[in-house]
Amino acid sequence: MVSFILRRLLLMIATLIGLTLLLFVVARILPGDPVGLAAGPNATAATIAQLREQFGFDQPLPMQYWTYLTGLLQGDWGTSVFTRRPVFSDILAYLPATLELVFAALFLAIVIGIPLGLLTAVYRNGVLDYATRTLALGGIAMPRFFLGLLLQLAFAAWLGWLPLAGRFPFIEIPPETVTGFYTVDALIAGDMYAFRIAAAHLALPAIAMALSPLATIMRMMRASTIEILQQDYVMTERALGLSNRLILFKYVLKNAMTSTLTVIGLYVSWLLGGTVLVETVFDWPGLGLYATQAILTQDFMPVIGVTLVIAIIYLLTMLVVDVLYGVFNPKVRYA
Amino acid sequence: MALLDITDLQLSMKSYEGETQILHGINLKIERGEIWGMVGETGSGKSLTGLSVSRLISTPPGRYLAGSIQFQGKDLLKTSDREMRALRGRHIGMIFQDPTTNLNPVFRIGTQLVDVALHAGRTDPSVLGLSAGASRRDFKAAARKTAIEALESVGIPDAASRIDDYPHQFSGGMRQRVLIAMAMIGKPDLLIADEPTTALDVSVQAQILRLIHELVAERNIGVLLITHNLGVVAQICSHVAVMYRGRILEAGPVLDVLKRPSHAYTQALLESVPTVHTRRGELRGLSGLSPEMFV
Repeated sequence: MVSFILRRLLLMIATLIGLTLLLFVVARILPGDPVGLAAGPNATAATIAQLREQFGFDQPLPMQYWTYLTGLLQGDWGTSVFTRRPVFSDILAYLPATLELVFAALFLAIVIGIPLGLLTAVYRNGVLDYATRTLALGGIAMPRFFLGLLLQLAFAAWLGWLPLAGRFPFIEIPPETVTGFYTVDALIAGDMYAFRIAAAHLALPAIAMALSPLATIMRMMRASTIEILQQDYVMTERALGLSNRLILFKYVLKNAMTSTLTVIGLYVSWLLGGTVLVETVFDWPGLGLYATQAILTQDFMPVIGVTLVIAIIYLLTMLVVDVLYGVFNPKVRYA
Repeated sequence: MALLDITDLQLSMKSYEGETQILHGINLKIERGEIWGMVGETGSGKSLTGLSVSRLISTPPGRYLAGSIQFQGKDLLKTSDREMRALRGRHIGMIFQDPTTNLNPVFRIGTQLVDVALHAGRTDPSVLGLSAGASRRDFKAAARKTAIEALESVGIPDAASRIDDYPHQFSGGMRQRVLIAMAMIGKPDLLIADEPTTALDVSVQAQILRLIHELVAERNIGVLLITHNLGVVAQICSHVAVMYRGRILEAGPVLDVLKRPSHAYTQALLESVPTVHTRRGELRGLSGLSPEMFV
């Protein structure tokens, strides 16, 4: 298994180099002048030329790419023309907020979706099944940003239970950074007050992001559970007196997980991409917001950097999923 | 008191096309030490009779119209689900047709055996050689030990290490042995075997039948062996019941029924068994269609 993981990691590097080439070329052939935008309307031609030279835009494209690629390996991901800061440190600053949001959404989707899928399979065509099916359809059909707006309207504007937007109020002191996730850091510090604030801010965007994967995971789980429940071995397990709870949550669950696992893996990238919309709606200071800003100012380097980070996380997730297949299905061989 | 006494069992099944009576008054009495073969065509109600004894037919769609299933004096049709579950695995063991699909593929066989042993042990700690007040850890250890012994008793070599293997690491015959071990782990009084050898080749079939025979001799249990193979019946059964369209047409000691069949259907059934002297093109079938359920 170790050699399997190592080989996959090597392959990942090749994939990522290909991706940088693609991104770089696409970003550069798009019309637009980031330097001109950044320099402002009153800049002289000399200033613009100087900036152009400073950012290396005067070099031929292959040279620019080579400089970028070699820099990438040394941790130099280029400089944002807009913020004038290194892209890498910008990303490091924004990434935890996004990951916290993505993990929270994924956690909700898995922890609620899997048991609901199991139960609706057992009590299919019952009240719970119809209720969740309706919700699931809504969850899949409704765009995240729209759902986000509805949630803001209901829980922040009307009910006033939760904050409208943002990650942490400026007037409060955030917990000491350990993981970069405010909720987790607050728990580590034992600061329940900060945890409540962080969780309250996290709740709405996480729910807005979670509903679609939750619905898909639930429906997927329901379908595979129904199939597994008809297997002969379930009859044998019942015939030998095992309790329904043991059969469902141990013997059926593990069998039904394999197909659901694929969906969960795919949703990690879906969620990462989706942060662009949800973070804008909720003013969540994460990669999505950063990338949106960069795109609006035609700032190449951050766009490439963010895309690259999402790609790396996606590839790593897929590797984890592939390894987990082996955990859930003993017949899987790593080769 | 008979071990199992089925009287006038009538079962109907609901479907989109309406309700149909499947079993029309089954009467069967099994004593300890007897191996009852139950033969009949596909759809004659053999398996549903077997499943009824373990109460594994969901109601609905099933519905018992009349009759009783007395197991050691207790009417199973009137037993609560909870009590029924306590009987399963501990007092009534079951094995099914296809050993390749009856073991859960993603769990080690030991996990499945231990869970069944734990279930039987909770119902009756003496199965695991424990007293009622034993600790959780004792239960776990004893269940694993019992599982290994069960595997040894069905002839799995090197049971102590094979217990941690997955089902796909066993051959078909070995898997059926594992399933028999699983059914026998709770030391049941009655074993229901639903076509246990149909999916196996003849030599393995003979081994499995011998194994069941030995278990009966050793533990004095009763067996209901559902099969459509008259050869199997002749080999190991002490009694046989011939089923047709939800009725038992003829039942009794195996020699009486097979040597001197009194019912025309039994005679026809026996005549349609091919022998070594059957020539090509001479295979006989039974005339008429098997149950026309919905008319």
